Amino acid sequence: MIEFQVDRHSGVATYLQLVSQVKQALRLGVLEPGDRLPTARAVVEATAINPNTVLKAYRELEREGLVEPRPGQGTFVTRSLSRPEAAADSPLRADLVDWVTRAHAAGLGREDVLALVEAALAQAAARPPRPAGSAGPGTQRPSREDTT
Amino acid sequence: MNDPTARPALRATAIGQRFRGNQALHDCDFEIPAGRISALVGPNGAGKSTLFHLATGLLRPTTGEIRVFGALPGSRAARARTAFVSQDKPLYPQFTVAEMLSVGRRLSPRHWDQAKAERIVGEGGIPPKSRIGTLSGGKRTRVALALALGKQADLLLLDEPLADLDPLVRHEVMGLLMAEAADRGITVVISSHVLPELENVCDHVLLLRDGRIRLAGDAQDLREAHTRLTGRADPGTPDGLPRGADRGAVVHATTTGRQLTALLRNAPGSPLPSGVDERWITATPSLEELLLAHLRSGPRSAAHGAEAAA
Repeated sequence: MIEFQVDRHSGVATYLQLVSQVKQALRLGVLEPGDRLPTARAVVEATAINPNTVLKAYRELEREGLVEPRPGQGTFVTRSLSRPEAAADSPLRADLVDWVTRAHAAGLGREDVLALVEAALAQAAARPPRPAGSAGPGTQRPSREDTT
Repeated sequence: MNDPTARPALRATAIGQRFRGNQALHDCDFEIPAGRISALVGPNGAGKSTLFHLATGLLRPTTGEIRVFGALPGSRAARARTAFVSQDKPLYPQFTVAEMLSVGRRLSPRHWDQAKAERIVGEGGIPPKSRIGTLSGGKRTRVALALALGKQADLLLLDEPLADLDPLVRHEVMGLLMAEAADRGITVVISSHVLPELENVCDHVLLLRDGRIRLAGDAQDLREAHTRLTGRADPGTPDGLPRGADRGAVVHATTTGRQLTALLRNAPGSPLPSGVDERWITATPSLEELLLAHLRSGPRSAAHGAEAAA
């Protein structure tokens, strides 16, 4: 089960905060196909937000094909966004943890690290795609559309 | 939850209220759609409590007409569907909590939900045998809400329900109300001075000033019909606003040194006010910013607003 956090001062629409928290949970494997999302009642009782906001978030997740409502039972996860490459014990993640540790040791703060990651992503996106034959493992998968 | 064909929970047609020569409300026309959580906002003396008293039938309007789900306030049909928690939360201090709930049950025997009323009181850690007079403000509010929600009303009118409550209890009470709204799709009208608390709660707004409706409608639509403008004040104009900006669209503007901050109404059919170009930083205001600007706007721009609406 997922517990939502609402940041009243983030400037991000509240329903989008809920949508991105569900996606984050799907990426990290906190939520898996078949899991039930909390009822609108449970969410609003804990967060004190308007019930229509929760319903709007669930409709958006449904539109994106991630959850489905089952009449009388609730809203269920239908698709996972988690990838083995991102799991807690994956080599890619271990490399990144190493790298972040080195960045901290070098005196970089959270903002610096995030800025560097953004810059690296932009740099990789600007680079022309490698010819198919020479692609390394894992690079042939098309990049996922990221709407968050 | 929102059925557009449903009859509005409240409909006021040209209501006016006069107290001993003082005009508390002038010619107010508005609707509160069913199933919405509505904010009733305005400075002290704007007429908020008068409006609640008219909606519950405690007052009759001097002019015009108000209806609750189509019925006259105070009629049997309207009373069964309305619950009102007034600012002073009138409970009998010498009664125990359990006695107070049985009063509630006797006043609305047909619809009363004893289990719910007991649960609301119990979740607040209030022993049924404690006397109302010995309870803290937060616990008294909880008992008042247990009475209102136990009644299973369709329209809940709350006059400053959160005043005098600590932040934790405010959150708890608001959560309780939102859970009831989720369960039963009830209509809630909340008056409050604490604007940030309305931000994620209310999807409909009614703003009163000097006894007149200054702003009414869907919260999201109203936000999107305005723009918050920040940038370097134009040195060539006396008010610092862009030369071409429509002064009639200005709700509120301030300049601090070289910086201008303003809230303007958008031009009809446009996402921006007229005369504002890309040199300005524009954003959709939050509900709080929108309400604050309309509360702050001077009488002159309020007159403009009335013109624009006419």
